[in-house]
Amino acid sequence: MTDPHAHARSLPPEGARVGSGRPRAAASLLQVRNLNVRFATPEGEVAAVNDLSFDLAEGESLGIVGESGSGKSQTAFALMGLLAKNGRARGEVIYGGANLLALSEAELNRRRGSEIAMIYQDPMTALNPYLSVGDQLTEVLRFHKGMDRKAAFAESARMLDAVKIAEAKKRLGMYPHEFSGGMRQRVVIAMALLCRPKLLIADEPTTALDVTVQAQILRLLQELRRDFGTAVIMITHDLGVVAGVCDQVLVMYAGRVMEQGPAEALFARPSHPYTMGLLHAVPRMDHNHGSDQLATIPGNPPNLLALPPGCPFAPRCVERDAACLTPAPLTDFDEQRRRACHRPIEHLLRAETEGAA
Amino acid sequence: MNAPLLEVRDLKVEFKVGREGWAPWSPARRLKAVQEVSFTLAPGETLGIVGESGCGKSSLARALIGLNPIAGGSVKFAGRELAGLAETEWQALRADVQMIFQDPLSSLDPRMTIGDIIAEPLRWLRPGMAPAEIKAEVERVMTRVGLQPNVINRYPHEFSGGQCQRVGIARALIVKPKLIICDEPVSALDVSIQAQVINLLMDLQREDGLALIFIAHDLAVVRHISDRVLVMYLGRVMETADADTLFRASAHPYTRALLSAVPIPDPALERSKTVQILEGDLPSPIAPPSGCVFRSRCPHAIAACGVGVPKLERRGGSHAVACTLAEIDAAG
Repeated sequence: MTDPHAHARSLPPEGARVGSGRPRAAASLLQVRNLNVRFATPEGEVAAVNDLSFDLAEGESLGIVGESGSGKSQTAFALMGLLAKNGRARGEVIYGGANLLALSEAELNRRRGSEIAMIYQDPMTALNPYLSVGDQLTEVLRFHKGMDRKAAFAESARMLDAVKIAEAKKRLGMYPHEFSGGMRQRVVIAMALLCRPKLLIADEPTTALDVTVQAQILRLLQELRRDFGTAVIMITHDLGVVAGVCDQVLVMYAGRVMEQGPAEALFARPSHPYTMGLLHAVPRMDHNHGSDQLATIPGNPPNLLALPPGCPFAPRCVERDAACLTPAPLTDFDEQRRRACHRPIEHLLRAETEGAA
Repeated sequence: MNAPLLEVRDLKVEFKVGREGWAPWSPARRLKAVQEVSFTLAPGETLGIVGESGCGKSSLARALIGLNPIAGGSVKFAGRELAGLAETEWQALRADVQMIFQDPLSSLDPRMTIGDIIAEPLRWLRPGMAPAEIKAEVERVMTRVGLQPNVINRYPHEFSGGQCQRVGIARALIVKPKLIICDEPVSALDVSIQAQVINLLMDLQREDGLALIFIAHDLAVVRHISDRVLVMYLGRVMETADADTLFRASAHPYTRALLSAVPIPDPALERSKTVQILEGDLPSPIAPPSGCVFRSRCPHAIAACGVGVPKLERRGGSHAVACTLAEIDAAG
């Protein structure tokens, strides 16, 4: 048996080259500063993402959690320069010494797919049904690496092997509809990894899949991260997925960051009422709830066109008071953690333990 | 114990899917979507049905409500046999069995108002009802499911997914059914909304003594809401037990793999647990493996698993397992 990863390991490490211009932050791969995304709509301007900032180190994984309309997917599209026509991104996305938001389409195209790749939620719509899987995979290598057809096919087959698709050579001649959902997502992952990107953005990569397939894909992503040293931004609504995969977590609501920090601390001691609410609202398989009611977050997610003044979560928040009518700035409260809430953290923790008792 | 509301014996659901050869006289192929499924459901009980896509859980549910033909076996609802029932006779049963669908928006007619959508079952099933009576009834169920009666003239697109799902629940409730079949009712909803809808379903069940068949792929949700759970794989029942037993002491390798795959929202637990990864994909339901249908992916499969389909054997209480290895264990 040949080792599917042998080829990957034999490649020279590319990490040094990216950070060489900026010795101050050698391990930092991506810096996002005050990212704002606005959409012009007939009903007015929609603020989809507000003042989002984070750092991502090489090989690190960041989870962006939120419900529909929280701006998590638009953040990913903004990073990739894939916003809809009426969308506009402001701020800075520093990658490899350049601000991605200021690059021309041609310059972006050189980076997209080769240095930064994306996996989408629905693997069927991410693949072209008219082209064989082999044609779609080799196109990436021929465009970015200038490989000839034969070399590109060999490399594509190796990558399909790496994502554990059996009989890779034969599969290259097949079309997307001939694959199962889990296999299609593997093909999409293989395509994203062909050029050994330094950053992989995964937008709900397992939401459309069954749990057993989800477990396969998550394990695969972890192995590939380890073998290729790829940094991952995982966008998901599933707190369980984040708990398993991510080092850092960013919780978003209505286009704003509610809290951010390392996964373990954030899950063990959430510091924002929204995070607490989310964690309580998911039924846990490892608990017997009996016939108890699930804790809920009352109300509905807000309309981005008519946001309440102040904290956007206030109308649904059990802890709100008069102070919440003014916006809560995102402030550091710990070595690595930040939160956007007026209520003192001690108060929230006390309310939480009383509620649980 | 009360008489069961629903009694299913060796239910089979099959679909014709083209022919084996190219010639018009070659035999038709049959996809056996559901095979020899048996269970009973008491009034007021919740049965959860779990399994991966393609395991036959939706085909089973649709057969119970007459949307798929019953190819074999028997389904008795309140003592009445449903297999072979004519279309006109189903009509009378619709008031007792209702269904809630997965996609809250596409299951509502976009050109009808919320009020008309909720009232429609009454117009069909209680033709003599006066308009004022219908309106009062619609407002009553809307309040029950947490919708303001003043939105009665709005259209589905004006509502969020969670509210649309409440409309779907109101439409099912208005005829005062004894059984509601919920096909993935919360999987399209956000986490915070999902909890609201689950609580609503559980409240309604407690207050009205409704029986629920709850189909979902989210095992945590199923554990929370169900009294009993049926685990299906490739059209067959692998294991069934009361919810607590199934999640604490599952005996079938498939159930164990399924449970271990569910991510737990706690980094310490999630990263230390052993996930049993099932290799490969679901085999084609047109040509399932011989013997135990799970043996092609089972980590414990032995030669004996290829001989004969394992029977669903009782192991005390309501717990039953269909596994050759479990049979051998029990015998030895």
